[in-house]
Amino acid sequence: MTTVQTPTHAIDINMLKKNDKAVAQHNNDTCIRVQDLNLFYGDKQALFDINLEMPRKKVTAYIGPSGCGKSTLLRCINRMNDLVDGVSIKGKILLDNEDIYDKSVNVAALRRRVGMVFQKPNPFPKTIYENVAYGLRIQGINDRHVLDEVVEKSLRGAALWDEVKNRLNDNALGMSGGQQQRLVIARAIAIEPEVILLDEPASALDPISTLKIEELINELKDKYTIVIVTHNMQQAARVSDYTAFMYMGELIEFGETSELFTNPAKKQTEDYITGRYG
Amino acid sequence: MIKAWFKSGAPWIWLTAGAVSINLILVVGLLGLIAVRGLGHFWPADIVEYHYQDSKGQSIIIGEEVATALLPEAQAKAAGHEVLNNAEYLVQFLVKTGNRDILGSDFRWIQEQYIQQKTEPEDLIAIERREWGNFYGRLLAVKESGAVIAQGEQAWNTAQEKLLKLLELHDQVDDLQDHEVAAINYNLERLRLKQRALELKNQWNDTVSQEFAAQKQAYEQQYQAIQQKLAELNREIKRTSLVVVDANQKEISVPLGRVVKLTRPNAMSLFDKSIEYVSAFITFITDEPREANTEGGIFPAIFGTVLMVLLMAIVVTPFGVIAAVYLREYAKQGLITRIIRIAVNNLAGVPSIVYGVFGLGFFVYILGGSIDRMFFPESAPAPVFGTPGLLWASLTLALLTLPVVIVATEEGLSRIPKSIREGSLALGATKAETLWRTVLPMASPAIMTGLILAVARAAGEVAPLMLVGVVKLAPTLPLDGNFPYLHLDRKFMHLGFHVYDVGFQSPNVEAARPLVYATSLLLVMVIVGLNMFAIAIRNNLREKFRALEN
Repeated sequence: MTTVQTPTHAIDINMLKKNDKAVAQHNNDTCIRVQDLNLFYGDKQALFDINLEMPRKKVTAYIGPSGCGKSTLLRCINRMNDLVDGVSIKGKILLDNEDIYDKSVNVAALRRRVGMVFQKPNPFPKTIYENVAYGLRIQGINDRHVLDEVVEKSLRGAALWDEVKNRLNDNALGMSGGQQQRLVIARAIAIEPEVILLDEPASALDPISTLKIEELINELKDKYTIVIVTHNMQQAARVSDYTAFMYMGELIEFGETSELFTNPAKKQTEDYITGRYG
Repeated sequence: MIKAWFKSGAPWIWLTAGAVSINLILVVGLLGLIAVRGLGHFWPADIVEYHYQDSKGQSIIIGEEVATALLPEAQAKAAGHEVLNNAEYLVQFLVKTGNRDILGSDFRWIQEQYIQQKTEPEDLIAIERREWGNFYGRLLAVKESGAVIAQGEQAWNTAQEKLLKLLELHDQVDDLQDHEVAAINYNLERLRLKQRALELKNQWNDTVSQEFAAQKQAYEQQYQAIQQKLAELNREIKRTSLVVVDANQKEISVPLGRVVKLTRPNAMSLFDKSIEYVSAFITFITDEPREANTEGGIFPAIFGTVLMVLLMAIVVTPFGVIAAVYLREYAKQGLITRIIRIAVNNLAGVPSIVYGVFGLGFFVYILGGSIDRMFFPESAPAPVFGTPGLLWASLTLALLTLPVVIVATEEGLSRIPKSIREGSLALGATKAETLWRTVLPMASPAIMTGLILAVARAAGEVAPLMLVGVVKLAPTLPLDGNFPYLHLDRKFMHLGFHVYDVGFQSPNVEAARPLVYATSLLLVMVIVGLNMFAIAIRNNLREKFRALEN
């Protein structure tokens, strides 16, 4: 980013709210609802009053320039930010109308419901089989038959089965980057979460692997609610049903992807998607 | 030109490479010296016969030439030697004459100027005896029960045959004494302690008393039976003896039962000597020491060193890893953690003798004393754990090497990428599960590195051990066939201390010198061996978790 504009304080709040309502009308089945979320790294505020509703079994994409808080927001949904020292969060995130920041919530159980795939493939230094079975073993499932079944199903689900079925006991680190990323997705879906969070899942991959991941996302949305962070606007346009544009920690605009890309309500959004930001 | 050369960085490459080379040469030279001196000791040396004529008259000297020394004329004269023929130097040889029972000492300096003749006759024999060191001379005859059964050239073959048989008998005697007699003694002692314990509890009555008496008698009977067998064997062993003459034709009788080895090195071929060499080396590492550690082998010391290091590793690994996990993963990274970390690092710099004193004061007296009072009141006033022993030595060394393991493990933990931890947490694993299933296995090569350093340090440490458990001669190994098999309370021998003891506490300095080199070599080999073992494990683990490299 070379020329960053100072954030305009004249954000039309009413416009935003109207937009939100429009979403709600379109789809009553909201999976994740973010309410007045503020996040601070120590004294520095990183997210400002985020309000967002992500519909069930749809793909929601977060776009925006680097450092705008889209990854931070994503990591709030499975409480990954808890691991960062000095983070404080105000507001609510409701998953199926339950506040995940409530004191009674078991974080490990929450993360079983909200899976996550990271920017860089991070398979464990174990066999392909053990990588996929990891989440189940954590839950105490060690029955070979169950594991075999789940591993196959998950690898098929991640469109990887045909490539690795003959070398399940090889080390996962011997796979290509694209395969590793799909393995990580298989690992995530093996424990059957409700939501899958994807944090720039294709940014470290070549175009062909990226394409495969995108196809995979299209298949997965039949079963899972998907939230994806991406730098690549074409990707957001290709894979997502809804798009949120964020800038400097604020949610600028949220709407159906087709709407947002063809007819943005905000000048900032338009500037960004037409490439006038760095 | 020169400036350009400096700028190119080449001088620095030379400088650093030179430093590495010097280090390498030093290490190789040191090991080479120890190896040559230590391994040379086992080569069967030729026996020389000197016809010697000095101011005291004519004599014949038989022995192995061990060393040569050149003394400048002035110095020789100042030392009271006479120098003949205006020679520039006085040439002296150190000869191992053996026959300590006759001559009073094993070694003697002789001067080349007085030697009239120097030969190596093939009929000279060397006898390695169980006491009084070596004998050098000639074999005359073999006697059995007082009667001569072989003479002349036949005597040699007969003696060899008889010796083989007697050595076998000797093994039987040792076996009986080491296992059966030792077991009976051990059981009797346990019986006594049991009795004492019952007495202390006021449960000692007539019925128990009779039971004990019966058991005791059973052991006594066993003992008598073994004793009889031993007496028989000893009679058999004592029957045969050798008639030998020393350099000056004095006839001596050597009981064959007191002979360990009988050789004629001058008559041996190179091949024979090689075989003899290997067998001598094997004896050295498998046998027990004799004659104040200056003869025989060093097996108990090797065994004690290895066992102590293994015990130390078993103790230090869990402690170090757990401490490192807490410091790195759970503790809040604040001032206190930093102070603890500094303290741990500084512990590594504390002189080892201080650990020894601490081990003696805390482990032996306080901890051991309390254990004795609580669990072994029956053996009072003799201490069980309240005295230096294997357990306390291992614990003291574990304490000494703890910082190394903690630092290495922390280093390893900090190198595990965050993405791997997040990946595990995102699958619903708790922090503890992530640690146990992913992080610790991936950090295991680093843990092994810490352990390798710990082993290297512990195996070479002597000073603290002298206070907490090492002795110059342990009557029994800490591991044997008597329940509970591993006797942590026993004292043990250690190669490092053995080197010190043989080299500096020995009454027979010249005889001990090659043993110091040989023992040092063995110590280095044991440490290298232990390290190789640990390094092999680590490389195996590294191969498995190569992920970290990218």
